This record gives sequence, C-alpha cells and structure tokens, in this order.
Amino acid sequence: MKTGITLAALLLTATIASAQAAAPSPSPAAQTSAPAGNADAGKKLYSSFGCYQCHGYEAQGSSATGPRLGPKPIAWAAFSRYVRRPTNQMPPYTEKVVSDADLANIYAFLQARTAPAPVANIPLLK
Amino acid sequence: MPKKTSVARRNFLKSAAVSSAAALVPSSVAAAAAPAPAAAQAAAQGPTAPTPQREADPRPDAEDITTDRPGGDFMVDVIKSLGFEYVASNPGSSFRGIHESIVNYGNNSMPEFITCCHEESSVAMAQGYFKAEGKPMAVLCHGTVGLQHAAMAIYNSYCDRVPVYILGGNTLDATLRRPGVEWQHSVQDAAAMLRDFVKWDDQPVSLPHFAESAVRAYKIAMTPPMMPVLVMIDGGLQEDPILPEIAGRLRVPRLTVATPPQGDSGAVAEAARLLVNAQNPVIIADRAARTPAGIARLVELAETLQAPVVDQGGRMNFPSRHPLNQTAGGRRLITNADVILGLELTDFWGNTNASRDALYRSSRSIVKPGTKLISITATDLFSNANFQDFQRYPEVDVAMAADAEATLPALIEACKKLLTADRTRVMKERGSRFADASAKALADAREEAAFAWDATPISTARMQMELWAQIKDLDWSLVSSSGNASGWAERLWNFDKHYQHLGDSGGAGVGYGAPAAVGGALANRKHGRFSVTIQGDGDFMYAPGVWWTAAHHKIPLLAVMHNNRGYHQEIMHLQRMAGRHNRGITRAHIGTTLDNPNIDYAKIAQGMGVHAQGPITNPNDLGPAIKRAIEVVKSGEPSLIDVVTQPR
Ligand code: HEC
Repeated sequence: MKTGITLAALLLTATIASAQAAAPSPSPAAQTSAPAGNADAGKKLYSSFGCYQCHGYEAQGSSATGPRLGPKPIAWAAFSRYVRRPTNQMPPYTEKVVSDADLANIYAFLQARTAPAPVANIPLLK
Repeated sequence: MPKKTSVARRNFLKSAAVSSAAALVPSSVAAAAAPAPAAAQAAAQGPTAPTPQREADPRPDAEDITTDRPGGDFMVDVIKSLGFEYVASNPGSSFRGIHESIVNYGNNSMPEFITCCHEESSVAMAQGYFKAEGKPMAVLCHGTVGLQHAAMAIYNSYCDRVPVYILGGNTLDATLRRPGVEWQHSVQDAAAMLRDFVKWDDQPVSLPHFAESAVRAYKIAMTPPMMPVLVMIDGGLQEDPILPEIAGRLRVPRLTVATPPQGDSGAVAEAARLLVNAQNPVIIADRAARTPAGIARLVELAETLQAPVVDQGGRMNFPSRHPLNQTAGGRRLITNADVILGLELTDFWGNTNASRDALYRSSRSIVKPGTKLISITATDLFSNANFQDFQRYPEVDVAMAADAEATLPALIEACKKLLTADRTRVMKERGSRFADASAKALADAREEAAFAWDATPISTARMQMELWAQIKDLDWSLVSSSGNASGWAERLWNFDKHYQHLGDSGGAGVGYGAPAAVGGALANRKHGRFSVTIQGDGDFMYAPGVWWTAAHHKIPLLAVMHNNRGYHQEIMHLQRMAGRHNRGITRAHIGTTLDNPNIDYAKIAQGMGVHAQGPITNPNDLGPAIKRAIEVVKSGEPSLIDVVTQPR
C-alpha cells in the first residue's frame, strides 16, 4: 500500500510534468496528426514491448505504475515525444528499439480502446 | 544417541560442588576423580601406578534416569507470566526440552504451540499477529538453521517496528553435544548473525539468568521503537533437572512495560504554535497509530486543526473516508504546505523530495522554501549503522525523539490552547474545502475503477470490488496485501477500525504476505473478525507451507490471489534497464515470470487441506467463487481463490 500511494502521488506530478514537457522540442516523430496504424498489430507490440507492464493490458493505467493511456490517448506529437524522451519515471523507448511505424500501431491500439460503462451502470462501483 | 549427557553433567556438577577439592582442580583431574572409587584408588597409588582409563565425560548414574522437574518447566512458568497466547515454531531438537515442557507441563495453552513449516513463516506470523492484537507472539527456533531461515522475517519485523519474541535453542557445552548434527546446530554466538536487526539479545547461563533476561527482553521489545528480541536457551538448561541449590533462587521477575516516551514539552509547544498558525498544514502518518487510541487521537488533532492527513498506511492511522483524509491528493498538498507534521515516518525525506530513477539519478525538493518540518518518531531513539533502512537524512525544524501516539494528547492540548476565534474561522473554511476534495477523490477512484472492468486477465479494481461487495457488511479485517494491487482497497473500501489494515512488511522482503495474513487471522479468530488477504503469487511461493498451518490450526482466512504470474516489480525493473540500454525490450520476462508452466495455486492449497478455487480468469466467475469461499471461512477454515489478474 505504501509503495502504491507514494508512486500514485509521484505519478500525479509526473503527468503534469509530461504534459508540460510535451510542448516544444521538435523531433522527427512529432507530427501533429497520427500516422495510420494497425490496432491489431499494435496490441501485440504493446504487449511484447512491455507497455502493458506499467499501463495495464487494456491501457487502463495503475495508480502504482503508470497512467491510463487510452481510449483517447494524448495527441500523437506529445505521445511519440514522451515515449522517446520521458521526463520522469518511464523508461525511454528510442527509435533504435521502437520504430515510428511500430509506435503508430501502438497508438492505433490505444485509440481503439473503448470507454467503460458509466459508473452508475456498474453496481459494485455505486 | 541416548541423552546421557545432561543428567550426567548435573550430577557431576553436584559432586564437584560438594567436594571442595574437586572444585579447584583442573578438569582432567576432576573428571578422573568424579565417578568411580576405583579411579580414585588408582590415582592414590602414585606415579608408578598404571594410568587409569580417562573418562572424557561423566557417566550416567543408572538410578537417576528421569526427572520430574526439568529446567524447561521453569522456563514455561516465566513465559506464561508474559501472557503469550501462541508460540509459532518449526520443531527442532535444540529446543526439544522446552517444547516438551510447553505441551505437557504447560498443557499446550498460553502459549499454544503453532506448528509451522518454515521459520520465516513463524516470525512473519508473529509480525502479523502483533499488528492485529497489540501483543507479541513467541517464536521458537533452532539457534543455527532456524534463525538463518528466520532472518529475513526478523529483518522485516525490525523495519516494521514490530516486537517479535524469539527463543532460540542451542547447546553450549561442547563436551556434552551429541556427535554429528548437534554440532552443526550449535553456535557460539547465535545472535551475531542477527544483531544488526534485533533490538536486544542474550544467552543466559542459568535458569535465574533466563528468568531475568526473558522478562527484560519482553520489556525492551515493547518499548518504542518496538523491535524483535532474541533469547537463546541452552539445551542443558531446558532438559536437566532443576537442582535443589538453584531451585531456591528461582522466581519469576515482575514485568513492568515502560511507558512510551512523550515529546519534550518545549518542542510540543513549538510544534503547536507552528501548526495552529499555519495556512496550509499537512499531517503525514506512517506507523503512527499503535493502538485504537492512536486513530482517535489523530482524528482529534486533524479535526482540531482542520488539517489534511496523508496516510502512508504503515498502520491503520486514519479513517479512509474521513473528510480530512487527503491521501489521494497528498503530493499536491505537500508541495503547497507551509508546515508538515510527520508522525513516525519511515522516510521524511522521501515525502518532501522527488527523485528520478533514470540513467542519471536526480532528486529535488518538492516543498516550498521556508516550509517548516516537524517530526515525531521513536526511531530517533535507536540507530544501527549496518542496514540502511533509515533512508536519507531529513532536515527538519523540530525533531521530537518520542512516540507519536503518546505525544498526541499533549500536542492536541497545546494546539487547543492556542486557538483563537480568527484561527478557528480560517480552519473551518479550510476543512470544508477538504470535505469536497475527499468526496471528489472517491468519485474519481470509482471512475478509474471502471476502466478494464470486464477485462481478462481480471483488473485489480474489479477483484478488490468484488471482494468488498461481499465483506463490507461483515466485521472484516484486511490482514495483508501483497503483490501491489494498485491500492484500490485503500481508495474504495471504508477503513475505520484499527484491525482493518495491518500495514506492510516493513523491509519489503517478499514472502511476508501469506504468513503475516495467517498470523493476523489467528489474532482475529477469537474476536470473530472476518480476515481477508490479497495474496501475491510471488509471495505465495516463498514458504507455502503456511497454508497447511492455517488448515491444521483451523485459522479462518479468505485469501484472494492477485496472480499476475510473475515477479512483476522485477519485470518492470528489467524493462527499465532494457529501455535505458536501448536493447532487448521484448525480453523482460526472462528470469522474472512465473509461467510455462502456470502454477496451479488452488491445487497446491488443496494439497495442504485448504479449500481452494481457481484459476479464475473470467471476472463474472469471481463473485460466486467469493460467495462460496466466505461460507467456508465462516465455518472456521481458510479458503483461497486463485484469480489471474492484470499486472497491477
Ligand atoms: C516501467 C514502466 C513503464 C513502461 C514499461 C512504459 N511506461 Fe509509459 N509511463 C510510465 C509512467 C510511470 C508514466 C508517467 C510519467 C512518468 O513518470 O514518466 C508513463 C507515461 C506515459 C505516457 C505519457 C502519458 C501522459 O498522459 O502524459 C505515454 C504516452 C506512455 N507512457 C506510453 C508508453 C508506451 C507506448 C509504452 C510501451 C512502448 C510505455 N509507456 C511503457 C511507465 C511506463
């Protein structure tokens, strides 16, 4: 529990930091609109590249290890820049190990996540 | 080999004591002089006489082969006086004497012998038991092999400031050891390997010495900062008859547990002044509430100041749904605070700084310049150099080397004295903002929990909410939570009683979860509480024999597994290395996962007599499985459900 809460708190600041860091710094991957990607291929890469470890198999996130990534991931430019050069606890995934095409597939997978049922419709969460 | 040794030794000592000449002569002469008149005659004949056959050790007296009053009985008298309910132990010959005295002379009651399959389980059970019961549990160990097995759990208890009362068997007299194993199981200074993480130890050489040390050890263990203690018990002292000349000296010393140290009155006044005048005070609590009174006092302090509480969960410190519980937004509050009160914090520095685990490690303060830091911790009264659990040095403004719970009444009183109408109004406004924030945090947590609700593997949120739905109307106690299930319970369940949350391992030594849960459940049993644990898979595999202990002793406990099929923390560490080193990002599973073959935890538990279900992969199967398990636990037995879960 202790670790969870400490990290949760860290993540709060981390997410704010990453959103700020996402502004300037040009990079080849920093296109404004996402390149076309394949969500099925992305699902496999998301798993084999270990994104699931910290962000969950469904990208749902965890207060202990990494924020929710989907549905509605952050804009592609910020997304790809963050994965390449994270500014806090996340390990970097450079072009050397994840191609832009692979990352675009992962992005497509994240976009394809569906929103959950409203809390009001889940009796155990009421 | 028959036990010729001890009885004989005592007889020998007796004869040595009555013969004043023998008491002073070298052992070789005394040994020859002791048993046989023939030997004495031979010695009297002078240097020309044939050399008598030398007796290395005294011979048994054929008539004196039993005793009705072994030393172990007296040891049991002493132990009973300390009020232990249980003694957890994996049986071992170096303490067979006291073991027999416990079950026969002591009638296996107060303490009752709890059979364990590993010494790490014994100690971790005692750790969990203490946090539920507030009283230490005794552990009996072999002095060598047992203590080495126990060491990790002792270290956890030490870091967690939990008193565990350990008795270790040993055979001191080298000339009376049985050949072979008893030598491997004997040690000159057993505590040497543990001295860095037990608070006190002794190796008494007589029964009166044992009595004093046993009572002293209890007192030391129970004085904050509380920690494990070790008393070695010599095999001879346990097994040999109580000699008449010793019997007269035997008494059980009176125990008076020391009152916990309270903060200096000047420092308390200064802390109160800072807290009352603060605009944005924050209270952080870790191992603050030792007893139910600790929770009530912390609530009173927080309400007096209308100050937010960030609960780090080393103990059940503060009701989770109290409007001033601001654990969820804690970090933000800390960055904005002008006064921070830390109560029994493991890591004050870590709370006021952010550090980054990247190629180049870095850290920075997250508090505003000029923020006043007040620390109350009994840990300031005790330091050891070797093990580094003390964390980075925190630069605080007021440091009270004192027990937080014991200091709270004085601090509350001092704060109340300083309250003015103006300060009270400001505080009231502050409090109402926190009420809104806490309601929002709960709503946010529910929203977040909805993501991946129907996923397979099952989400940790779903697993914990399926459980909550069925225990919330029982008198439940979360005795342990291992494997890091993202803290959903702490965010979404309603914790308000001291036994509902028992903290964590302390030393982050994996393998604590299962035995600590069984120990906590053992304490809860007589109170009729319903014990639940969230059981990690990696943790399960350390010493799974504790499930047999739970079945054997009919300890009711519902274990719901957070089975992510790996040492997930290590998977992430490896991924971090691979990313940082620009290679092999698909290989983090090597050496870190527990699959291929998947471990069938239900089968293992069943094999040890525990009712068990699973593996459950469909979230819709979970509710009915929990329902069945609850019936079993209500009937007084343990039950386990293997749930295949998301990583975190
Ligand atoms: C070892 C854990 C870990 C792994 C593996 C990991 N992440 Fe992260 N990720 C984090 C953490 C923690 C954060 C929060 C910011 C921080 O601390 O760096 C984060 C943040 C992010 C963000 C920024 C989100 C935001 O809202 O600002 C993106 C995008 C992201 N991760 C994508 C990925 C992808 C894609 C992968 C796999 C290629 C991945 N992550 C693998 C831990 C991880």
